[in-house]
This record gives sequence, C-alpha cells and structure tokens, in this order.
Amino acid sequence: MMNSEFGRKLASAAFIIGLFVVWEALCLLFHVSDVILPRPSQIFVTLWDKFPALWPHTLQTLYTTMVGFVGGVVIGIMIGIIIGWSKLAYDVAYPLLVGFSSIPKVAVVPIFVLYFGSGTVPAVLTALIMSIFPVVVNVATGLATTEPELEDVMKALKATKFDILWNVGLPRAMPYFFASLKVAITLAFVGSVISETVASNRGIGNMMMIASASFDVPLVYAGLFILAVLGVALYAIFSLVEGRVTGWAHRKTEFAMGA
Amino acid sequence: MSEEDFVTLENVAVTYGRKAETSVTALDETNLRIGRGDFIALVGPSGCGKSTILKLVGGLIPASRGYVYVAGRELGAEPVRIGIAFQNPTMLPWLKIRDNVMLPLKIVPPFRAEYRAKKDSEFKDRADALLAQVGLRGFGDKYPWQLSGGMLQRASLCRALVHDPQLLLLDEPFGALDQFTREELWAIMQELWIARKPTVILVTHDLREAGYLANRIAVMRARPGRIIDDSVVPFPRPRSMDMIYDPSFVTLTQRLRELIVEVRGDNVPQTRATVEAAA
Repeated sequence: MMNSEFGRKLASAAFIIGLFVVWEALCLLFHVSDVILPRPSQIFVTLWDKFPALWPHTLQTLYTTMVGFVGGVVIGIMIGIIIGWSKLAYDVAYPLLVGFSSIPKVAVVPIFVLYFGSGTVPAVLTALIMSIFPVVVNVATGLATTEPELEDVMKALKATKFDILWNVGLPRAMPYFFASLKVAITLAFVGSVISETVASNRGIGNMMMIASASFDVPLVYAGLFILAVLGVALYAIFSLVEGRVTGWAHRKTEFAMGA
Repeated sequence: MSEEDFVTLENVAVTYGRKAETSVTALDETNLRIGRGDFIALVGPSGCGKSTILKLVGGLIPASRGYVYVAGRELGAEPVRIGIAFQNPTMLPWLKIRDNVMLPLKIVPPFRAEYRAKKDSEFKDRADALLAQVGLRGFGDKYPWQLSGGMLQRASLCRALVHDPQLLLLDEPFGALDQFTREELWAIMQELWIARKPTVILVTHDLREAGYLANRIAVMRARPGRIIDDSVVPFPRPRSMDMIYDPSFVTLTQRLRELIVEVRGDNVPQTRATVEAAA
C-alpha cells in the first residue's frame, strides 16, 4: 500500500521533471530564441537572480489574492446559505448570480479602478468576486441536496428551520464547500493577476506586463512559474484541510480510526 | 376500541396539486381513531395513501380538508413527542452511530435544554442501552458506513425511540431487509413496544409483518385513497414466529390479501395457488 503510493508520487515527479527536460532539449535542438520560448534553465536562473526584486511582487499578489479570497468565501457562504435556505431567495437571486458570473471579470476591473483607483483595492475586489460564485453554488447545492426523508425525521421532531440547517444542512454542505475552496483559490489568483496587469504598479501581473513590454521573456515565464507554484501550494493546503474536515464523505480508514 | 383516542382523523382529505384537473386525491374523506398505546398497521396497494396518513399524523403535510387531532388537540397545538423511521435509515454520515441515535435528544424538549450537559453521561448511556437492546452493543462509536443495512435500520429504530416518543411512526422500516433480519427486527420491535407502549402507526406491504406486530390492521385502497377494512388481530402477546404458521393467522392474512388483490383493480391475474402460497 505504502509502496504503491510512493511509486505513484515518484512517477508523477518524474513526469514533471521529464517535461522540463524535454522542453530544454527541444529548445536547444531547434535553437529556439529565448524571446520566443525561454529554456527552463534560463527561467530558473532568472528566478534566482531576480529573486530580491520578485519577492515583493509575489507577496503583493499573495496578499491581494488571500484577502480577496477570504472576503469572497465569507460572502459566498452567506449568499449560499440564504439561497439554500429560502426558496424565494433561490428564485430571485440565482438567475442574477448566474448572469453576474457569466460577465468576464476583466470587464469589471476598469469599474473598480474608476471607483477605487489602481493598486491593491481593485485586485482584492476582482479576486473576491471571482471566488464568490463557486462557493455560493456549492454551499447552496449542499444545502439543497438534503434527503427529504431526513428532513421529515427532523420535522417530525419539531425541529426549527435553524435546527435543520445547523444539524443537517451545514454539515452535509461541508464537502461541497471545501471542494469549492480549491476552485475558488485558483480563481482568486486569476482575478488578482488580471487586475494587476490592467491597473497596478505592483504584483506579479504588473511585473509580467512590464517584463513583456521590454521583451524580457524569461522574466515573464518566471512570473508564470511563481503563479503556478503559489496556485499549487494553496490548492494542496485546501485539499489537506478538506480531507481532514470532511473525511466522512470520502470514507477514509484513518478518519474512521478517529484521526 | 380504546377508552381514549390518541390519534383522531376526522373527515380528512389530502389533495396534491393546485389545479383541479391535474390534482391527485391521495386520501379521500378518511376517519380513523387510534387509541393511546395501540399498534395499528396500514396495508394496501401502492398509492393508497398509507404514507400520506403517516405524514399527516406526523405533521409533515397539512390536510386539505378535515381535522387531525393528536393527543386530543389539533395537530401543532400541543407538542407531542414523535419518533419516525423510514425504509431508508437516513443516518447522518458524519456522526457516529451513538450521536445519530442521540439526535432527537438534541432537538426535542425537554431533553434539548440539557443536551450539552448530559450528552456525555446520561444521554450517552441511554443511547447505548437502546443500541444494546436492538443488538448493536459496542457499535456506538462506529460510523454509519461501517454498518450493514440491517444494522443501520436497528440504529434508525433507536433514533426513533430514544426520546421516549408518545407516537411512533414507521414507514416500511423493515422493507429493504432480508427475511431473517426482518423477522429478528419484528421480535425486537414487539419487545420495545411492550416495554414502552407508544402509540404506533406502521405502514407496510407485508401482511405477515402487520399481523405479527399490530393490534389492528387497516386495509386501504387506492385512487382515491380510502380505508376499506379495519380488523383486530386477536392473538395474545408476546407473539412468536410460530404464530405465523397458525391456521387462524393464515386465514386472517389470506382474507386481507384477497381484499387487497380485489381493490388493486389493475387485473393482474391471481391464481388461487399464488394467493395461498403467499399467505
């Protein structure tokens, strides 16, 4: 059991490294200019050399993303509960929400800039609105999928609507909620980077814009690489939290033993 | 039949759907009286309104016409402790079996107020005692998915009884179980009823189950749902499984079976032999 898991991880790591090796080899073989596609080695060298300059941008992007994400999740939970709780709210708000979510978020950045100026605030807000929707949909779905018979059991006990929400609805929505966090965190990154590219003088998005304007393509790729690493790391963190909190939904043996 | 009626249905009708042309009459002008501590079984073909009566009495759906009284008062006026169990055990998967069983104590007054203080002492013991009674000793710390269907159904019975309900509503609770588990649970159910004497309404398709468990069997017909027969099961308690093969018991279930076959009305060919074999 342990062996096969280790083997799978090894294969996965080998595949990723292999991909970079092939990329490197092809660039060398066909003499691809670094303005078109830099080699991985060039990207890593750039990352290393420019690390002191990249670090504040990384922190800025991480900061706007996390603030926006947390705000989006809090608002998303609230809207999700209201929609899942009340039929009326569902009928009224859901079409609105779907309409809102289908607006390309890059289109609202200029509006935020108009109201709040460029910089941190529009980046936070863009991250926030990007991460609201998956949370709302999943929380509402989790609440709405309560088995009717279970609801009957609760109603026969004269449970209040709040009792049902607290004891049945919310716990049952937890796996959906944590699944949505993984989606929301990656979307929050997209949001803040979009905003940074349009209207900011800080952050990875802004740095990539400046780098591409000066044809420093390795630096652009370095920015992409940082975003990818941050995204993967946060995704992994939320996966871990999800497994801990909602293990019952995945029927893990460790969870059953009381871990 | 009883000195005191616990549940009374007075000219109750239930119609689903608002429009006259598409509405379905699930239950038509029904009168039913159930004495305190009685055990009544509702049998009949699918769609005859058995479950509708159960839901009415449980306060889960309103009557379109007529009145439903529980404990002498119109439903909703007086909080009556009700326990309910369905064919599907509907355990909460994130709670241990014991916590699932204790769920009503968390919701229903007067237990509700003391839940925090007593959930690790008195209430825990209460749930464990009940689990032991249905043959689930030591399973309190397991999660629902670690138990088989029959075990979950036992736990579901515990959950329906843990708050000492005056009224127990059972909607085919043994329907999805194998024959032997079912018979075992009938015996457990009978013991629990004799010990606690709640008023029980059991909805079932199984005439032997109805005959073994109930004091009274009401036979219903469909479209529109209506009670067409109400007979007393005269066998003394505690009843044993051997009673099922007693000629007078067979005569009873056979008569009920013929009634149901008659009202099913969809002309399914029924030979004399299949009727006898099933009875």
